[in-house]
Amino acid sequence: MTSVIALPPSLDDQSFEQVLTQLAALPHDARILLDARHARWASPYGLTALLTLAQTRPEPPGFVPPEADDTLSYWARTGFFKQAEPLFEFAKSPPRPRGGSESHVLLEITAIGKPGDVHDVIGRIQERSRAILQGELRLDPRATMGFSMTLSEACQNIVEHAGGSGWVAVQTYKSQRRLGRRVVNIAVCDSGVGFRRSLETVQQARADGRWDDAMALEDAVIRGVSRFRLKDAGRGQGLAGIRRYVGKWDGKLTVRSGTARIGIIPSWDDDTPLVEKLAPFPGAQMQITIPEPAPAAAAASGSASRSAKGAPP
Amino acid sequence: MIHHIDVHTVLQRCVCDLYSNLVTRPTGVAVRTGIEQLLAAAPRQPTLTVIDFSNVGLLDYSCADEIVAKLLLQYVGEAGAPEGYFLFRGINDAHADAIEAVLERHGLALVAQRVGDARVHLLGVVDDGERLAWEAIADRGLVSSAELATAACFPVADAAQLLDALYRRRLVMQLDGGYVALGGMQ
Repeated sequence: MTSVIALPPSLDDQSFEQVLTQLAALPHDARILLDARHARWASPYGLTALLTLAQTRPEPPGFVPPEADDTLSYWARTGFFKQAEPLFEFAKSPPRPRGGSESHVLLEITAIGKPGDVHDVIGRIQERSRAILQGELRLDPRATMGFSMTLSEACQNIVEHAGGSGWVAVQTYKSQRRLGRRVVNIAVCDSGVGFRRSLETVQQARADGRWDDAMALEDAVIRGVSRFRLKDAGRGQGLAGIRRYVGKWDGKLTVRSGTARIGIIPSWDDDTPLVEKLAPFPGAQMQITIPEPAPAAAAASGSASRSAKGAPP
Repeated sequence: MIHHIDVHTVLQRCVCDLYSNLVTRPTGVAVRTGIEQLLAAAPRQPTLTVIDFSNVGLLDYSCADEIVAKLLLQYVGEAGAPEGYFLFRGINDAHADAIEAVLERHGLALVAQRVGDARVHLLGVVDDGERLAWEAIADRGLVSSAELATAACFPVADAAQLLDALYRRRLVMQLDGGYVALGGMQ
């Protein structure tokens, strides 16, 4: 028997938890079908997490694509169906991206599994990111330089620690609900060993013997602990660098692994810094959001004002 | 003797001739190994090596750690460390961000020339006394401890100690019985 999991109309890091909650109620080897018919929008996190979910299943889940043409077209332009084709079973061939339409996709969904993939991603995104981040989002040129560095370090988490492959995607959109401004959003998801298993060999002995996903995330994201730290003091700088970048540009960072999620939360967002006892999900899922400067800040820096473009469908 | 190493050329020779960005730790290891091979082939005498980043696009933290910090760590500190000196040239703001972060992690410092600026600067972890002494040396060229003491208003013993510390950190070279800031005698 196949269990149907309905995707929410708006699929992002928060609403993806609904998907995982539905999944947690099923046996691991249950046959599932993801029903995206009513989906209208998805963040890079939502799309890469869907691929990650498929990677964790013993047999390919079925997938019913969105019904709305503009949503279908947008998901195709993000590269979702190209990556999803070998992972899901589609009743009919998934749609191909159609050219000619302006895209908010800064980096289409790209598989990351080896160092060369990171080189390719950075090589592809540099020119385009400069044009969009400075031109459309009016970000400071220094933020643009740090953006590529942050993207590189986020991708390397997969290469160095996941023990398998994962995906990265970058998109700009207008954050309607929380911010009312445009943001650039990076999602990096894998279904690998996760932070708890990665760090368990180097964790400090604790009096209560406790060691769980939340503690592993605190060690990695807040304290910069790496599993290589005992033999190399230079390790663990990637996440520390990402945290500095996010803090400097008023951004938001969340990292989910296992049953916990930790976040560096800016004042414009009301998310919870540490969430535990979530539905289990293998690997690590990272999201980085950098907002367009507030109008007052942009005016103060002398930037030219431009009208923000609409959100993706 | 001044030895010049173009990091972009090393990257293309050791990793891939299509790459211009220094990203990922394996890339950093390969480039540092390439630099070490060039250093090993150089004459065995105190040598100033210019490590030139001018043609490098992005430098991420992992590569900064592997190339810059791990290279420096072999040369600084303990007695018996090889006597070599490094001037890091063509450093842009983004390179400097990554390099500063890794230097801080290891408690290191280096001498850099920023893009479009012929002057030399310190990057990394230095205390106020070391910075004051180093800047006085950079301004004056070759100095003795007595000259530094006069120039920076230090007691002679303190000046001698600071010069020794800067020398052990490979931020100044010993030359003709005095000390000179890296890049100050090119």
